[in-house]
Amino acid sequence: MRHLLSISDLTKVQAISILDTATELARVSDGAVKKLPTLRGRTIVNLFAEDSTRTRISFEAAAKRLSADVINFSAKGSSLSKGESLKDTALTLQAMGADAVVIRHSASGAPQRLADSDWMTGSVINAGDGTHEHPSQALLDAFTIRKHCAKGGVDLDGIRVAIVGDILHSRVARSNVLLLNLLGARVTLVAPPTLLPVGVESWPVKISYDLDKVIGNVDVVMMLRVQQERMNDLFFPNTREYSRYFGLNADRLKLMSHDSIVMHPGPMNRGLEITAEVADSARSVIVEQVANGVSVRMAILYVLLAGGPLESGGK
Amino acid sequence: MSLALSAPDITRALTRISHEILEANTASDQIVLLGVPTRGAHLAVRIAASMASIAGHAIPVGMLDITMHRDDLRMRAPRPIMPTSIPSCGIEGRDLILIDDVLFSGRTIRAALDALGEIGRPHTVQLAVLVDRGHRELPIRADFVGKNLPTSITQSVKVHLSEVDGIDEVSIEES
Repeated sequence: MRHLLSISDLTKVQAISILDTATELARVSDGAVKKLPTLRGRTIVNLFAEDSTRTRISFEAAAKRLSADVINFSAKGSSLSKGESLKDTALTLQAMGADAVVIRHSASGAPQRLADSDWMTGSVINAGDGTHEHPSQALLDAFTIRKHCAKGGVDLDGIRVAIVGDILHSRVARSNVLLLNLLGARVTLVAPPTLLPVGVESWPVKISYDLDKVIGNVDVVMMLRVQQERMNDLFFPNTREYSRYFGLNADRLKLMSHDSIVMHPGPMNRGLEITAEVADSARSVIVEQVANGVSVRMAILYVLLAGGPLESGGK
Repeated sequence: MSLALSAPDITRALTRISHEILEANTASDQIVLLGVPTRGAHLAVRIAASMASIAGHAIPVGMLDITMHRDDLRMRAPRPIMPTSIPSCGIEGRDLILIDDVLFSGRTIRAALDALGEIGRPHTVQLAVLVDRGHRELPIRADFVGKNLPTSITQSVKVHLSEVDGIDEVSIEES
C-alpha cells in the first residue's frame, strides 16, 4: 500500500491491521517517552489548502511521535493563496524531498490527482477532499467504536450506528459508511431529505427521516456538523427547526440505550446539531476521538512509510 | 531439511537455561524475563515456569515488541506490530533477561536494547536464546544458549513451538 486516498482502497484485513497497529501504538501515547525512532529521517509535508485544527495537529503529532520531520504548509501565508497550481506546489514538495504528503483540499479528487500524477514520488494521504472522503477520520471513528462496543471483537460485526445530520456535504459520512460496512456494522443515515445526496438509495445503509425512531435502537450515534460554509442554498427552514428535529439534546440522550456512545468528528456547532449538555456528558467520546486520532494516524504513517519499496519478506 | 532439536531436546535446553540463569543471578527475586514476540515470548513463559519450580517463587515475565526500533524496516514490507506487556513490578533496577528463539545478526537484540531504554533502566541486561546460529553483524553475544548451531549463511533456521505451531522442533532448511 503506497497511498491512502479512499476507504474503498482498503481490504477488510488491511483495515483491521491498521486498527490493531493503532491499538499497540496507543501505548506509546500513554507512556513516559512519547517517541519512537521508526520514521527518523523521513519528511512528511502537511499540505492544508483548507482550514483544519484537529486533523492537521493530529497528523503533526503522529509524525513527530514517530520521529519524522514535519513541514506544515497551509493555504494562508503560502503561494497557494497567490494562485499557484497544485502541480507547481507538488513539484516544489518533490524537489524538497517529501516522503509523504498529507493533503486537505476543497476540491474532491485533489489527492487522487496528486497520486496518479508523476509530479512526486512520495506517498499521498487524503486528509479530507471536498465532499468526497476523509479516510483517516473514518479509521479513528472505527477504532473508537471498536474500543467501546465490539466487546473484544476484531471487527464491528452487528454494531448499529446512526449517522445523523448533514450527510450531503460530509466526507466523513462517506468514508464512514464505506468503512463501517466493510467491518460489518449496520449503518442508518438520519437526515432531512434535502441533506441526503443523490443516489443514496444505492449505498449499503438504511435511511430514516425520524431521529426519535432510530435513536433507541443503536449502539453509536454519530452527529455531523451542519456545514454552513458549503451551503449556498436553503436546505432547511431555519436552525431552530433543524435542532428540534435532528439535534441531539438531553431529552433524546435519555432515549438512547445505556451503553451507547455519542460521537462527533468536530468541529461542533454547539446548540445546533448537538447541545453543550450532551457534548460534555459522560456518554460523549468526542474528546477521546481526538486522542485516538493520533494513534490511528501513527498507524497509517507506519503502514505507508515504514516498509521499504519492495514487497519482499522472509527472515 | 534436517532436524536440529527435537521436542525433548528443547525441553532439556530450556531447563538447563533456567538453572544457569538462577546460578548467575543469586538474587532470584530481582530477575525479570522479557521475551521477544512471537516465539521468544512463549519461550520466556516456559523458562519462567521452569525457574519458578526451581527457585520456589514466581518469576515476573512479559514481552517486548521491538518492531518500531528495527534498523531494517525500510528493507522489506511493513511488519505487523506485536503486543508489549511489562510485568507490574517494572524493570527499573532489576536483572533483566531478554529471551529470543534464534540469535543471528544481533540486530533484533540491538533493537530490543533501544526499546528497553524507553521503559526503564535495569541493573543488568542478559540474553538467553534457544539457538545461536552465528553470522553476527554486531558486537552482541548471548549469556545463555540452548544450542550452538553452526549454519551457512544461505540456510534458514526454523523454530516451531507447540503454542503457535502445534509441535516443538528446530530444523535447518536450505533455501
